[in-house]
Parts: sequence; C-alpha cells; structure tokens
Amino acid sequence: MDFDLIVIGSGPGGYTAAIRGAQLGLKTAIVERAELGGICLNWGCIPTKALLKSGEVFETMSTHAVDYGLSVDKTGFDFPKVIERSRKVAKQLNSGVGFLMKKNRIEVLAGTARLETGDPAPKVVVALTAGGSRTVQAGAVILATGGRAKTLPAIGLVADGDRVWTYREAMTPPAFPKTLLVVGSGAIGLEFASFYRSLGSEVTVIEALGRILPVEDEEISAAAQKALEKRGLKFRTGAKVTGLSKDGDGVSIALEAKDKAETLQAERAIIAVGVQANIEAIGLEDLGVKVDRGFVVTDGHCLTNVKGLYAIGDIASAPWLAHKASHEGVHAAEHIAGKDAPPLKAPIPGCTYTNPQIASVGLTEAQAKKDGRKIKVGRFPFRANGKAIASGETEGFVKTVFDAETGELVGAHMIGGEVTEMIQGFALAMTLEATEAELFATVFPHPTMSEAMHEASLDAYAMVLNT
Amino acid sequence: MTDILMPALSPTMEEGVLAKWHVKAGDTVSAGDVIAEIETDKATMEVEAVDEGVVDAILVPEGTEGVKVNSPIARLKGEGGTAAPTAPPAEQPKAAQSKDVIAGASSDDPRAARDQGQEEARERQADPGAKSPPRADEGAKPPSSASSPLSPDEEDRGGAFGSSSSGGDGGEADGGSPIAARIFASPLARRLAQQKGLDLSALKGSGPHGRIIVSDIEVAKPGAPAAQPQAAPPPASKPQAAPPAAPAEAKSLESLGIPPGSYDLIPLDGMRRTIARRLTESFRDVPHFPLNMDLEIDRLLDARKRINGALESRGVRVSVNDLLIKASALALKAVPEANASFTPEGIALHHHADVAVAVAIDGGLITPIIREAENRSLADLSTAMKDLAERARTRKLRPEEFQGGTFSLSNLGMFGIRSFSSILNQPQGCILSVGAGEKRPVVRGDALAVATVMSVTLTCDHRVVDGAIGARWVQAFKGFVEDPVTMLA
Repeated sequence: MDFDLIVIGSGPGGYTAAIRGAQLGLKTAIVERAELGGICLNWGCIPTKALLKSGEVFETMSTHAVDYGLSVDKTGFDFPKVIERSRKVAKQLNSGVGFLMKKNRIEVLAGTARLETGDPAPKVVVALTAGGSRTVQAGAVILATGGRAKTLPAIGLVADGDRVWTYREAMTPPAFPKTLLVVGSGAIGLEFASFYRSLGSEVTVIEALGRILPVEDEEISAAAQKALEKRGLKFRTGAKVTGLSKDGDGVSIALEAKDKAETLQAERAIIAVGVQANIEAIGLEDLGVKVDRGFVVTDGHCLTNVKGLYAIGDIASAPWLAHKASHEGVHAAEHIAGKDAPPLKAPIPGCTYTNPQIASVGLTEAQAKKDGRKIKVGRFPFRANGKAIASGETEGFVKTVFDAETGELVGAHMIGGEVTEMIQGFALAMTLEATEAELFATVFPHPTMSEAMHEASLDAYAMVLNT
Repeated sequence: MTDILMPALSPTMEEGVLAKWHVKAGDTVSAGDVIAEIETDKATMEVEAVDEGVVDAILVPEGTEGVKVNSPIARLKGEGGTAAPTAPPAEQPKAAQSKDVIAGASSDDPRAARDQGQEEARERQADPGAKSPPRADEGAKPPSSASSPLSPDEEDRGGAFGSSSSGGDGGEADGGSPIAARIFASPLARRLAQQKGLDLSALKGSGPHGRIIVSDIEVAKPGAPAAQPQAAPPPASKPQAAPPAAPAEAKSLESLGIPPGSYDLIPLDGMRRTIARRLTESFRDVPHFPLNMDLEIDRLLDARKRINGALESRGVRVSVNDLLIKASALALKAVPEANASFTPEGIALHHHADVAVAVAIDGGLITPIIREAENRSLADLSTAMKDLAERARTRKLRPEEFQGGTFSLSNLGMFGIRSFSSILNQPQGCILSVGAGEKRPVVRGDALAVATVMSVTLTCDHRVVDGAIGARWVQAFKGFVEDPVTMLA
C-alpha cells in the first residue's frame, strides 16, 4: 500500500480532507490536475470577493461619498487593475495551500486521476502533468473533484469564452462590458451582476423561477430584488430562455415570460444556472459508483457504495458551497482514520455577497411550514439598529424562524451590510441546539449590527425592544 | 395564603412520589378539584383541593421522590391574597435529603439534627432498602460546611447533590434550582426531554464529550419523568406516572464484565423497589417450606357452570379463581392456625380471612385484598375481585385495598404452569400457589381414569405454621374444592 489516504481534487474540500487525514496520522497524497486550492481559491469564492470589494468601494466613493459628508472630485477605475488585484489575491492563497501541503507532509501528485478496481479501496492511476503515469494504492480514496458551471446546450446556453461567459471568464474579461445579461439569479449570478453594476454596467438578470435567489426565504428574495433594483439592476423573473444568439458585437437572448416573448441584447452574457459535478472520465462507471441525477450518492459519512471510496463537496450533491465541502472533507478523513462521529447533519449556512449581502441558515419560513411545524417568526429591520444607522447601512433586516412547540431555532435569514459575517452566530446556535431562551440570554455587544439578531429572536416571542 | 401539604395516604405513609400535577401556577381551584397525583409503593392516589383559591406556586415539581408527608407541595392564594415570593421549586425534597447527610456529618446544625435529620434517620432504619446510598461526594463533604454560617437553605443548596431524588438531576439552570451532578445536554435536548417526560440522567449522550443532543432524545423511550421542575409543561406530553430516576448505567454490571451500552436500563420505580426489598427479606429471613397436593376439580368446574347459570341474569360471572378464593377463606376458618402472622410478641391469629390475590400489572404485581372472604357471597366476591383487579392495573388502588391481608393466593394456571411455590407475603403465614387445571390420568381403585386435576402448593412460614397445620389446611382446601357443595355447610 502506497498511502493510507488519497484525495482526488485539491479544492476546499479536498485539501482540507488531506490536512485532517495527515493530522490523524494517515500517510496522505493529493491529486490535482490544475491549481492547488481548486475553483474556490483560484476561480471562485475568493477572487470574486476581491472584485466585489473593488466594486463596492468604487460605488461608495462615486455614489455615496456625499452621504458621509465627503466630497470626491473625480472617480474612476482601471478595470485591468481591478482584475489584477483579484488575481493577486488568488495567487496568494494558492501558494498558501502549497505551503499547507508541505507542512503536513502531504504528497502532491500533479496530474489527472482515474480510478480502477483495487483493494481495500479503488486504485488511483494518475496521468502526471509532467508526463508518464503513476498507479497508487491507498487504504481509502476521497473523491473531491468538484463541479463546474452548468450549461444548457439545448437552448444555446453554452459559454464560448468570448461573448458568453461562465464565472470563469467573467472573472478575467479583457474589457469591461457596458451592458450585460446574467442568466440565473443564484449567488454566483447575482454576485457578478452586483459587481458589474457597481462599476456602471447596465445589467439585466434573467431568472426562470418566480423570484430571484429561489433557495432563500421569500421575504429575503423580495427585499433583495428591491434593494438591487434601487441600485439600477433590472430583473426578468419567471422568464424562460428560449434561445441565445450572437449578433454584431453582442449577444441576444430570447425570453418567454407569461406568454410574453422578448429579446434582450447586451455586449456580454454570463451563464450562472447552476453547477454540474465533475464525474466524467474518473472511472466511476467501471467501478459501479452510484450516481443520481449527475451527483455521486453518499451516506451520512460521505461513503459511496464502493468500498473505501468517499465523495465530498460539489460532486456529492448541493449545496455547492466550499464550507460544505470542507466540512464533509474533515468528516470523511476522520471516518477513515477510525474516529467515531455521528453522521453529518449540521445546518449549512449560505452567503451571497451582493450589495446588500444575504445570508441564511436552516429552514425558510415556507419550508418550516411545509415540514408541518408550528412556527414563530421574528423580524428586525436594520433601520432600527444604531450601528447600522451610524454606518449608513440601514437597508435590510434579520428574520428568525422558531419551532413554536420546542423553541428550536429552525432558520435564520438576513439581508444587509456584512450579514455574511453574522450568520455564523445563528449557525452556532443551531449546532448547539439552542432554543429561544439561549438567544434571549446571550449578550449581544452594543453597538453592533448583530443586535438585530437578538431583537429578531425577541420579536418572534413578541418581546422586541427597539421597534 | 395556604400551603397545600403532602397528604398521608395511609397511617404508616411517611413519604411519597409526587407523580403528577394537574394544576399549574395561576390556575384557579375549588374544593374537590383533583390537583395532583401521589405515588406510594404500590398505588397512585389523586389529591383533591380542600380550599378554593388560585395556585400561587408549585413548590415540589412533578416526579419528585421522597416527598415527606405534611411538607408543603404547593401554595394557594385566597381571594385578594398577595403573591408569595417565588419559592425555590426543587428544593423541598432535596432539602430533606441533604439535611440527612448534614446531620450525619455534624451535630452542629441544630435544625438539621432536630428536625429532618432525626426523622430521616428513623426512616432509614425502618426502610433501609428504599434509598440508594449517598454518593461519594456527599460522604466526603467536610463537616465544617455543616457548621458554616450559611442559612440552612443555603447549605441545602451546597449539599444538594441529590442521592435518590430525581428532583434536580436535570441540572437546568433556568429555575435557579440547585444543580445536581451536572448533566451535559443541549438546551433543545433538555426541553424535548421535559416535554416527552424523559429523565436526562437515564440517557447516554452521543454528542461531543458525551453531551446529550436531540438525536439521543429522539431515540429514547419515554419512561422516567422530566427531572426539571416546570410550572406548566404542555399537558399533552406529560408523563402518566413518575417513577424515580436511575443512573444511565449499572455500575455493578460493569464490574462483572457487562459493558454499558449492551443493555437498556429501566429505572426502578417505587413498586419495583418494594418488590425487591420485601421479597428478598421474606425469602432470606423467613423459614419456609412448600406442601404439594393434586386436586380434582371436575366438580368445581361443574359447580361453576351452574352458579354462573344462576347468576347470568345479574351479569356476574364467577371465575375458578373466585371459587378458590372462597375455598381458601373457608379452609382458613376450618384451620384457623394457618390464618396467622408471626410477631416478636406472639402469634397473631386473625379473626377474618382477608385473602390477598396477586394481580400482574404493568411493571410489577400487586395484591388487592378480598376482606372477610369467608363471609361474602360468590357473586359479591367475584364483583369485588373484578373491580380490584381492574383498578390495580391502572394503579388506582387505595392503600387499604392492598395492605394488610392475612393470606395470599397466586394463580399462574392461565400460563399452563403445573406447579410452583410462591414467596411468602409477610407478615402472612401462608401463600397458596395454584397451577393449571388439566386432564390427567388418575387411579381410581385399581383402574386408570381421566380427571381434571390441578396442583397446588402451600408455602408456609414455619415460625407459625408447622408441617401438620399446613397439611391440614391443604386437606381442608382440597375438601372444599373437590366437593364444592360443602362450602355451603
């Protein structure tokens, strides 16, 4: 046996699993065909946050400076420099992962992996980037090959890398698009829409479902649309894309909404209609790995139906979030190392870094009702929060959903400034199985926007203080 | 302001379990309303309000064991009365227990030594098996703490690492109640346990560091009561009865090589403790012997048929067991030496045949008594027995209905048991074990014949019933059973 553990894919799920495995004394190797850190660090979460920050600062300078009593004579941006900053951030983190691998004595196999039958886990055949191949056998294999932007070729929703982009091209465009169409109003679509809008693009977001951010609570979706429209974004909800064509120098997308058809035109289009798992050419079919609707099927310990083979992150179902992947990675590594842990069940928070930001954990109000729960719902607007007023961030609110019978916090939803930094408070409460009583009893520091979390909890029990 | 006191359900009762509250603080009650259920060794009794008023505070939470007779269990506010300061809910019973410990450690605390301490000490002597021993940390409590300038109440709080009380084992900080051995459980798990009537101390946690989490509650079966006092839990989820708490694992088993987790531990309730204690004492301390006899019961069966035919219009159906109760009673009158109890002062020969009949119920058995069975008609006896058995199963017997019989009868015939010998139910001198009636070959003259035969065994306390007396009783009994008409004589 060459290794105790081989991890395929070095995204946030894979590299975290490798570190945890190494910490637990497993001789560990990681296979990566591209950059260490995967999409998240290199082409996803992190570089987009760099872009969004540039956009936000610019928008604040150009539009809101006067609100703060500041005067700015002239504002402008250097688009290539904005992109360059984002790339520098990605590069820094990428080399950080390399350092972590070295520190934990994890062997990095640069190449593309393919699985073959083996014992006690599938054999891993690595076609090395440097040429040649190497076959390694480990006690266990964790598949963490991630996902990529979903395309819908049937209606022409395929990226060409020139005028029709996925997140990948949208992150490093050669020129700034003055008009933009975004297909899909999930986190990825809206973040790019928010970014390009902050720099002045005319952006229209197309959503097939009836509301934007369809996975979020309905009230949050409505508030988000209102807030983004105020910033000049345009939306087409309940609009089905029927075709995409390139004409002249731009892109046309044909829509059908409530028996009204229209065609929207823009310089560029971004396709952000979801994620599909990277399950191809790994040898899953030969091994008989169970796959359902394009995602690998796993149990509560991330085990697939094949002995010794685990799957984590995007490849093993939604939500397609880095922190879900790394959480599963740690769990899988511990399971392989023989640590006894209950199956995964912690609620996974979701964050969208638009302006305003959106964050949530647990069930939406509608989901809780559908579960047959009797619920208590609390809300608190940031316009009644001192810190928010002082910061000029009065947009948005916090919403809590409690089980009326047990007091369990079953969901929390926020929209507003820096709410992505606050949602972990509710996530922690849920993981610790808190009830309303503990949220009431917790002291929230003043003045912070987090006080709205306290108030929203109190409000669910008609005990709100500051409205 | 009126205190509602723990009632005595029998003259000898010293303490009981507060099984269930039917009211909560703020409820209005009038005289005669059922406000609580009290569980003693063998029965659950309802407590009725004597006065009318508004419940100001529940002083002893549901599920509390060892509540002393005459200690306040709730406070009633009359019309226009002012609210009393909130009483510390969980402390009453524990106070008593920890005082017991304090009294044992030091005599400096006058109140502890004079009041509760003595009472408890007396009780412990009288009832050594009923309480689990104090934990090591209690024993190790330095005497100095008992003579510290704390008020007795504060001392109670300090020393309230409750022994057998389930009162505070939830360790919940909400009510400001003292925390017993700390139980690590998530807030939601605590609340669910309370709603489902589960005792957290009986659960094993699967969370980090053994913390009890929601999934542990979800798989647990309701049994032990919520350990945490609460004024008003949702009525729908309240536990029916309130057996006391038990440790999550039996230490004694682990030392014998049976690991925790390989079994489910059912907490000992009052009935189980009583059965264990009394029968151990009886079997160990009383010199006992069995006497066997086979009885032919064809005529008894025939008599039963005719009796039931006669009683049909009255809706009464006499069972074989009813006839055996009657026959036992008459045999006791025929051989009065067998209707006896041993006491240090002398042999008590009972005037009446009060026949206790073993009834299996959920979680144990109980022996309701047919008083003066020798004087009762079969129809009356049968009706009374049916009523007693039914109320025994719902644990609604009054103490005088199951305490104080002079003779016992236990019938396992319905299970096909041929013969067995019961353990004496002290202080009774005899207990009759009845096997199944079945067709067996019998020898008549020099020929074989078939008869319905039933084997019975009389277990005798040799201190009062010698072999010949016992044998005479069995003979008399056989006479009544095999020729039922003689019961009319």
